[in-house]
Amino acid sequence: MSVLQEISANVRNMKSMEYPVLARRTNQIQEELRKGVRKPYRDVIDVSWGDPHRAGVKPLSFVRQVLAACLYPKLMEGDRLMVDVRQRAQRLLKECAGGSIGSYSNTAGIPEIVQRVSEFITRRDGGVPCRRENIFISSGSQWALANILKVLVNSEASPRTGVLTPVPCHSTTILSLMALGAAAVPYHLTEERGWALEVEELQRALDSAKGVCSPVALYVINPGNPAGYVQNRKSMQEVIRFAAEKRLFLLADEVYQDCVYGKTEFVSYKRALAEMGPPLSETVELASFHTASKGLMGECGLRAGYVELVNLDPAVMKHINSLFSTNSCAPVLGQIALDVMTNPPQPGDPSYPLYMKETQHIRTSLAENVRRVEEVVNSLPGFSCQPVEGGAFAFPTVFLPPKAIERAKEVGMKPDTFYCLRLLEEAGLLFSPGTEYGQKEGTYHIRFCIMIPLDVMEELLRRLSGFHKRFMKEFS
Amino acid sequence: MNHGTALLWKRRALSSLSTTRRGLPKEKMSENGMMSRAKVLTIDTMNPTVKKVEYAVRGPIVQRAVELERELSEGMKKPFTEVIKANIGDAHAMGQQPITFFRQVLALCSYPELLSDSAFPEDAKSRACRILNSCGGNSMGSYSASQGIESVRQDVARYIERRDGGVPCDPDNIYLTTGASDGIVTMLKLLVCGEGAMRTGVMISIPQYPLYSAALAELGAVQINYYLNEGKCWSLDIDELQRALNEARLYCNPRALCIINPGNPTGQVQSRECIEDVIRFAAKERLFLMADEVYQDNVYAEGCQFHSFKKVLFEMGPEYSETVELASFHSSSKCYMGECGFRGGYMEIINMDDDVKAQLTKLLSVRLCPPVPGQALMDLVVNPPQPGEPSYERFIKERTATLSVLAEKAKLTEQVLNTVEGIRCNPVQGAMYSFPRLTIPEKALQEAKELGQQPDMFYCMKMLEETGICLVPGSGFGQKEGTYHFRMTILPPTDKLKILLNNVKEFHQRFTQQYS
Repeated sequence: MSVLQEISANVRNMKSMEYPVLARRTNQIQEELRKGVRKPYRDVIDVSWGDPHRAGVKPLSFVRQVLAACLYPKLMEGDRLMVDVRQRAQRLLKECAGGSIGSYSNTAGIPEIVQRVSEFITRRDGGVPCRRENIFISSGSQWALANILKVLVNSEASPRTGVLTPVPCHSTTILSLMALGAAAVPYHLTEERGWALEVEELQRALDSAKGVCSPVALYVINPGNPAGYVQNRKSMQEVIRFAAEKRLFLLADEVYQDCVYGKTEFVSYKRALAEMGPPLSETVELASFHTASKGLMGECGLRAGYVELVNLDPAVMKHINSLFSTNSCAPVLGQIALDVMTNPPQPGDPSYPLYMKETQHIRTSLAENVRRVEEVVNSLPGFSCQPVEGGAFAFPTVFLPPKAIERAKEVGMKPDTFYCLRLLEEAGLLFSPGTEYGQKEGTYHIRFCIMIPLDVMEELLRRLSGFHKRFMKEFS
Repeated sequence: MNHGTALLWKRRALSSLSTTRRGLPKEKMSENGMMSRAKVLTIDTMNPTVKKVEYAVRGPIVQRAVELERELSEGMKKPFTEVIKANIGDAHAMGQQPITFFRQVLALCSYPELLSDSAFPEDAKSRACRILNSCGGNSMGSYSASQGIESVRQDVARYIERRDGGVPCDPDNIYLTTGASDGIVTMLKLLVCGEGAMRTGVMISIPQYPLYSAALAELGAVQINYYLNEGKCWSLDIDELQRALNEARLYCNPRALCIINPGNPTGQVQSRECIEDVIRFAAKERLFLMADEVYQDNVYAEGCQFHSFKKVLFEMGPEYSETVELASFHSSSKCYMGECGFRGGYMEIINMDDDVKAQLTKLLSVRLCPPVPGQALMDLVVNPPQPGEPSYERFIKERTATLSVLAEKAKLTEQVLNTVEGIRCNPVQGAMYSFPRLTIPEKALQEAKELGQQPDMFYCMKMLEETGICLVPGSGFGQKEGTYHFRMTILPPTDKLKILLNNVKEFHQRFTQQYS
């Protein structure tokens, strides 16, 4: 019998995801396609992750040129690279120990990069000051979130530490909480009102935690994932007041802040808090998270994110520093990507025209994708999609016929997973089921990434429409 | 942003700053006389185990070194002109050059337009294409599977087979990680459980690399110390393992044994017999074996050879190879690559239960995936240029030069330090550090005590202030009670190292004199 039969209860209790079943089948189908097996489609379109490059969106040239120059400085000889690329790379290399991106950096990140990130934050927030000591660059925003949760969550506590989390919520955060032995306290977003966050619901959630767990934090995602809402200022102020009154640490996951399509502008929680003035602006403890994985760069694989900590106790900050120090540092290439994201080419720079062209293209494609998705999906009976105001995904409701739900039960699957599996088999589309994220009992959803090239979106919508009509007919 | 707004924010920022300088009172009066609340997250409400986390390699002495660097750059006069960070195993920071081939391939992967550039050799281009083809959307910017890119795991498996003389390696047992540390911490997270007297205990060598103590503290696991034998060149005695285990069984549930080979901070390279003994011990006592082998190419001493735990395990026959559960760790940060900033690494897991593997997969998915450039780099490390390929000659030249220079510096360090009375340095058989024993005079011990400092921290702080040399005190790694050490890297370029060692010598002599 294995020594490891007994493992951490927290890890055992982490819920299993639906994803592996779909991923396995996808690999099989891709193998079959490679072997020449005939299917109604040439390839599987994988839109199950918020991963623009996977679906065919191209990296931005400037950042990749800078990375290449930093990796292999010999490239800067001659003029195969633009002068601003060379200047940027040279400056960055000077900021690395020993002039190499292969050395470790300071725990929180290369100091000059951290400084520039703090300046970006101030610019973004219309002048709200940002102290660089409050920023930690990490290997992706989820890593930073896990570290902050580690400090908040007492895994030995009884009752367990609780964190209020939205429904729906992307699964990584929930899994992170469970791995630490914390309890997720769900609060439901109101789908019919564009996934609005309502304070009464926050209160209800908090009340439900009585005697079950001890809530210490409130986790909000803005813009949302999987649901594509963008919070307005009024709603954010209500959340801030609630967190202040109920003594909750505010965790603001803002990784999609550059993905905004609708009328509502993105305002950071930091800014909203600052605008509310003292005492709130000086007391509410806030951690906000951002990343180079989303937005226009989509550099998920480089693993670069950061957390900004606001109004934290300095003694606690010391321990947070120690905790991050055990991770050594974030990958340096990722730090460079963050630097470029927060300081892109400016008008007048030689690389600016190409940068503008590429980013404009991505922006227009996204806007068009959103329009097409809402148009097509809402025209199909059995689908209903809230406006996609921001984020990387569409998250429509599927009204599954009772017969389909029955069939799903017979094969031991969640109804929306069943739909997704059939969608994969018959149309070569890899979506993810709403079950993965939580949803109101008796409702079903599907999530798919919209940060994909225009032509891929058209193909996706064509296949989805065809499949959906057939599916609904089969189970009518 | 308009000027007026900026001024407003500045005023508000200043007002909150002054509160900070007053020491952030728990409660303060606001305008209407109401007491405002204390913070949600304080020393008292935070996770108690996190308070115990320390990581000496980046700890207080390094913070002071950074301050001194700042002061120097601002023109302050010091008894030295530069701060030398001999605290951290960072080869590139000390001037070691990267392997050209690796950087060429990675540059091509980052910006594939360069594939049409004649400045790159053909073998670099074909490697880059192969790597890109295994990335989603042919981009390193795409997430990989949590376990790592499949073709990279296959290459790692083949490398391990070659390294271990044909012992089979299943790619499914390979997990790519964000540096070796990620793999080590994940395994510990997986296996630490139980309450009270049944709380998981993990055996670790003293001295140890403080990632282990930090992770165990954070997880609330019991750290079980087994002492390496300084008198016998830091060798591992099975009797000592047994002693530590027997004592620990009284108050915890020992379940794992960690060993670092080649050692950090001690640099010893374990003999084959010793490795067999450890395996037998783990089998007998039913312990999960964690073998940290990140310095496997850093072996310098005559008569020393790296033996992987996996290889030895399999050569001991099915009685052991089919039962002992082992995780071995490797990294792209050390050896001849020194690419710390990439955060590349992998672990190989042997004989783990399928059910437990499924749990491991779940745990790994929380951090999504390891950095793809690090995975690509690992692929090149396990799949370097072969004889006949255009880049082979240069690759071999660079690798050999780097490793032989390290070997020379290891010898030099041992030699010079052993000429100092009051410093005794074991041979640096491998890895990247010396860990000499210091004789600290009684008066200095007194003063340290009065200051509430560990004696070797007191010593190292003084050295830093007087010479600009930043080392890590032995207390950060653990050591026998009443003994004092420091860990110094052998990484600075040879001429600088000579000066460094001389400065250490002179400091020690002054220090001994001062406190005699």
